[in-house]
Amino acid sequence: MHDLNTYLFVAAILFSLGVFGVMTRRNGIAVLMGVELILNAANINFVAFSRFGGMNMDGHVFALLVIVLAAAEAAVALAIVINIYNNMNTINVDEASALKE
Amino acid sequence: MMDNIFINYSLFILFLPLGAFLVQILIGKRLPRQGDWVSIGAIVITLILAIAMFVAMLLDYDPNFKQEASFTWIDMGAFSISLGFLVDNITVIMLLVVALISTCTHIFSLEYLKGDVRYSRYYAYLGLFTFSMNGIVLANNLVSMYMSWELVGVSSFLLIGHWFEKDTAADASKKAFLTNRVGDIGFFIGIMLIYTAVGSFAFGDIFEGVAAGMISGTTLTFAGVGLFLGAMGKSSQFPLHIWLPDAMEGPTPVSALMHAATMVAAGVYLSVRIFPILTPDALLFVAYIGGFTAIFAATIAITQNDIKKVLAYSTVSQLGYMILAVGTGVYTAAFFHLLTHAMFKANLFYGSGSVIHSMHHALHEKHDHDTDPQDMRNMGGFKDKMPVTYWSMLLSTLAIAGVPLFSGFLSKDAILAGTLSFAQHHPEHFLLPIFGFGAAAITAFYMFRMMFLTFHGEPQMPELMDDIHESPKEMTGPLILLGGLSVFVWYTLPYFNPISSHGWFTDLVVPKDAVVPGNLTAHEIEEGAHHAHYLAMGLSIGVAVLGIGLSILMYLKKVFSAETWGSRAGFMYDWSLNKYYFDENYNKYLYQPTLRLANKIAWIDWELYDKYFINGFGRVTDWASRVTGKFDFDAIDQTLVDGTAKLASGLGAIFKKVQTGKLQNYVLYVTAGVIVLMIIQSF
Amino acid sequence: MEHILSWLIWLPIIGMVAIAFIPRDKEDVIKITAAVTTGLQFLLTLVLWNNFDTGNGGMQFMERAEWIPSFNIAYILGVDGLSLPMAILTALLCFLGVFVSWNINKAVKGYFALFLLLDTGIMGVFLSMDFFLFYIFWEVMLLPMYFLIGMWGGPQREYAAIKFFLYTLFGSVLMLVGILGLYFTCGKTFDILELTRVAPEALQGVMWWGMSAIKVIWVLLFVGFAIKVPVFPFHTWLPLAHVEAPTAISVLLAGILLKLGVYGILRINYGLMPDGVYWFAGALAFLGLINVIWGGLCALAQKDLKKLVAYSSVNHMGYSLIGMAAIIAAGEAHGLNMKAAQAGLGGAVFQMFNHGTISAMLFILVGVIYDRAHHRDIEGFGGLASQMPIYTGITALAFFAGLGLPGLSGFISEAMCFIGAFPVFKAIVIASTIGILLNAAYFLWAFQRIFFGKLNEKYTELPEINRLELWTVVPLLVITIFFGVYPSPYLDVIAASMDNLINHVVSLATFASM
Repeated sequence: MHDLNTYLFVAAILFSLGVFGVMTRRNGIAVLMGVELILNAANINFVAFSRFGGMNMDGHVFALLVIVLAAAEAAVALAIVINIYNNMNTINVDEASALKE
Repeated sequence: MMDNIFINYSLFILFLPLGAFLVQILIGKRLPRQGDWVSIGAIVITLILAIAMFVAMLLDYDPNFKQEASFTWIDMGAFSISLGFLVDNITVIMLLVVALISTCTHIFSLEYLKGDVRYSRYYAYLGLFTFSMNGIVLANNLVSMYMSWELVGVSSFLLIGHWFEKDTAADASKKAFLTNRVGDIGFFIGIMLIYTAVGSFAFGDIFEGVAAGMISGTTLTFAGVGLFLGAMGKSSQFPLHIWLPDAMEGPTPVSALMHAATMVAAGVYLSVRIFPILTPDALLFVAYIGGFTAIFAATIAITQNDIKKVLAYSTVSQLGYMILAVGTGVYTAAFFHLLTHAMFKANLFYGSGSVIHSMHHALHEKHDHDTDPQDMRNMGGFKDKMPVTYWSMLLSTLAIAGVPLFSGFLSKDAILAGTLSFAQHHPEHFLLPIFGFGAAAITAFYMFRMMFLTFHGEPQMPELMDDIHESPKEMTGPLILLGGLSVFVWYTLPYFNPISSHGWFTDLVVPKDAVVPGNLTAHEIEEGAHHAHYLAMGLSIGVAVLGIGLSILMYLKKVFSAETWGSRAGFMYDWSLNKYYFDENYNKYLYQPTLRLANKIAWIDWELYDKYFINGFGRVTDWASRVTGKFDFDAIDQTLVDGTAKLASGLGAIFKKVQTGKLQNYVLYVTAGVIVLMIIQSF
Repeated sequence: MEHILSWLIWLPIIGMVAIAFIPRDKEDVIKITAAVTTGLQFLLTLVLWNNFDTGNGGMQFMERAEWIPSFNIAYILGVDGLSLPMAILTALLCFLGVFVSWNINKAVKGYFALFLLLDTGIMGVFLSMDFFLFYIFWEVMLLPMYFLIGMWGGPQREYAAIKFFLYTLFGSVLMLVGILGLYFTCGKTFDILELTRVAPEALQGVMWWGMSAIKVIWVLLFVGFAIKVPVFPFHTWLPLAHVEAPTAISVLLAGILLKLGVYGILRINYGLMPDGVYWFAGALAFLGLINVIWGGLCALAQKDLKKLVAYSSVNHMGYSLIGMAAIIAAGEAHGLNMKAAQAGLGGAVFQMFNHGTISAMLFILVGVIYDRAHHRDIEGFGGLASQMPIYTGITALAFFAGLGLPGLSGFISEAMCFIGAFPVFKAIVIASTIGILLNAAYFLWAFQRIFFGKLNEKYTELPEINRLELWTVVPLLVITIFFGVYPSPYLDVIAASMDNLINHVVSLATFASM
């Protein structure tokens, strides 16, 4: 288990799952969960490259930054979803189409 | 000796009548008596000055007397015009004639025009006329002469049209002005020809220039003929004679002043002034025009029934005489005849005015407004009713008929002698003396015819006779004065020889040599005339007796019937009565075609050229703009421009399907794109 | 005195702005404002005349300011003997025109505002010495004219206005092309004085499409100006515009606008293209002859009095053209006949002025009778002399002035034109003396039909000319008589400038490229 590829492989699977979730789910919260998966896949990559690629501690710092960013993003996104729900009685993203022509 | 006293006097003589004109035209109507005293005062002072000048001339007794004064009127550097006065013996005599007849007319009109609606206007125009006539007389150059010349035409227009309510008067005034203008065109062309060659308008310079040969040959002939055309217009020479008889529509005193004594004499005066530059060819032209006019007009006068028309044609004929004299070289004789004619012809007009006035009054009493008071067929037997008029007119008639002891005999004789001598020098021009003597015979005939029809015989309208009276003294005064001036002695003083014109006139007005080569010298002409003198005198007495005798037989003794002889003459009688149909033919072949041409031109201009050609541009533009507009809309706008837009919107409609607005779809596209890129990359 | 010319030009604009601020129902105030403005302008022109140095043939009171330096366009004003009398005439006729328009009651505010704008345009053309500025004023003049005819005119006013506008614009366009041609061949300047110096040489030998540039530019400019004169065959806008325009505008049209054409030819064509003068003089004289005869015959046939007067303008401007052509008499080919050249050119310029006063007078008089009888049919009057003696007297004088009676100014200028042109164009001058007869014929015939004969029953109540109308005519009448008797004051003003022009044309004509 000291191989970089193993970590990258896991991160790729996580990323793909996240993308799949973002693409396929109609539920706004589920889409957000997909986004979290994508971000965490990136975090794994950061840490893995930091450990094996000679990037010192930079990767770890970026991972921490991304985690903070993800938290903030989740807070804002959830606020939006709640607002959508309040206004439209739904959290289905397809139905929030008021700006469509 | 006298410095420029003559010039000073002339200034007053010129401008006093103008002042009277201005006063009359501006405030005349508001003055007491409508201001006639202003005009009369001015003209009387003028007359006094003219007499003073005349006396001074007689005292001086210098044939070469001459005073000149001029001032620069226009000065543009090279081009300049000087105007000025020339006073010599001819001028002084002419000024006196104008002032005298003008004064007589002013006084005569007091009665004749009494109560006229435009009394002050009438006097105003008389003033304007006197001013302009004096302007002609005093001019020392062609420009101021031309200017006064035209102004005389205008005063004539205004005075002939004095009773403009009558259409005939209005027509006559227009005709007079226009006919004069025809002559004036020639005058003007003559001026231009001379100025172009000589570079000056002053007579003195022109004579010098011609003598120096600056202008000669055909050009000079044309220039002379051009100037003479002006004289033909003013002096009513054939074929421009048509206006003068019509001008009789004006008040009779005006006819006496302008259309007998002075204005029409202006042409003769001009010819006398320019005589030195007339070439032999030009003189010949002048002579034939004059001679023909003399006899031509006389033949018309025979048959006229209107008393003023007889006098009018007689005037034309007498003017022809004067012109004939100029043409044959005896131009001092022409001026002499101008002088005597002015007196007796003015008097004849006053006499006729007196008769007409009386007739008019009598007809008015009878409430008869249809009978023509000027028609001699309504007169007859006035001799005892109007003795002053009769005797005064008789004196003048004897003068015009050329009877010895009267003024006309002397001047006519001088002309006929000159003509005869000319024909002796140039036998091929034998017609000229025939014209002259023929006209003299006819003149004697028709003048006595007029006298007999008017004053002798049975009254044609007896019912009027009670109301026919002698005219008041304002009218008889001039009659007596001018009747007296028809006697020879006034013109021959200090001599009393009734058959020789030798006297102050011939002493003071001596012919000068022409400045053009080829003409006879003054001396030769005088010699010739002197030789011809007795023959001419015999002949002229002969023809006068013949004319008068025939007239007595036909109209007084009625040995021959005028009617029978008239009908025997057939077409000749008709032609004479209708004035050779000149008016009709001018109308038919000149005025009407001109008017038609004008109408045609105006039609072409407006209905054809403007409407179709100019507006055609508009229409073509309009059509072109429609076509362009259609192309613009259909082809460019609809097909090309809108086509592009339609293409874009069609494509857009297809492509917009991709734009679902769903992020998830976009992510899918991105992913797919990345995958495709990776696949491409991997190769 | 520093900026007197600018004041002359812009004073009417100040008046126009002032009128714009006056409420539209205060008509009297508007009229008085217009009168005061034009009156002041007229006084200014008199001051200008008083300070004018008649001995100096060059430009005086010059003003110069940069305007569009990148194209060498400047604001240049100046006045010489040719333009001074025209400026005075413009101011006088505009001043009188205000009083002639006193009875206008439709949209008074607009009328007088446009009237003053027109005034500025005309004054500007006479005084500007920059070709570009000249052209701008030329166009400025056109616009108010269009509205003045189109809104305040007679029954056919729209047609007349658009015809006038398009016709003149057509001329302007040709002129613009000519101006640009000069601009690019003569060192890229619009300064007329500079061009006058440069153009005669710069244009030598320049060929365009196988034609001499001088001929091309001459014709372009000539047509532009000829339409204004109007020279036959560009004359048919004139009777229509004159007939339809309100009286005051007819007065300005005949009195001044026609003069712009002659002025332009003398200032531009003569000044810039001396060779062209020689080339074209014969044609000019011939066109003058046609103008005289054609105009005279057309006038003879007219039934409408105003149209008769309009055609008389065509006829009278013909004399001016003949006189202008006489300038070549001063050349060597004609024996350096300076007398003839001075007489002809002086006559032409004097005729411009005289026709200005005389035709203005005639149009005012036609307006007077139209206001009373409501028609202008010559045949429809008759015997008015006994009903309106004062009007008759004044009209008689005006008609006599028109037919060139000595003692009135028209005679002197006509005679000078003829005398000047005679040595060069004998046949043409002799033929055009027929015009003297035609003049007399149409004026006297019209006079007879209107005033002589028995009084027409309809007009026994016709009122005499009133005081206001009288005072609009009398000044012109006085000028006509004054210059007829004593023309020197006028001729003194123009003489030096005319000499300059003659010498300029004669000395610079080379015939090299013609």
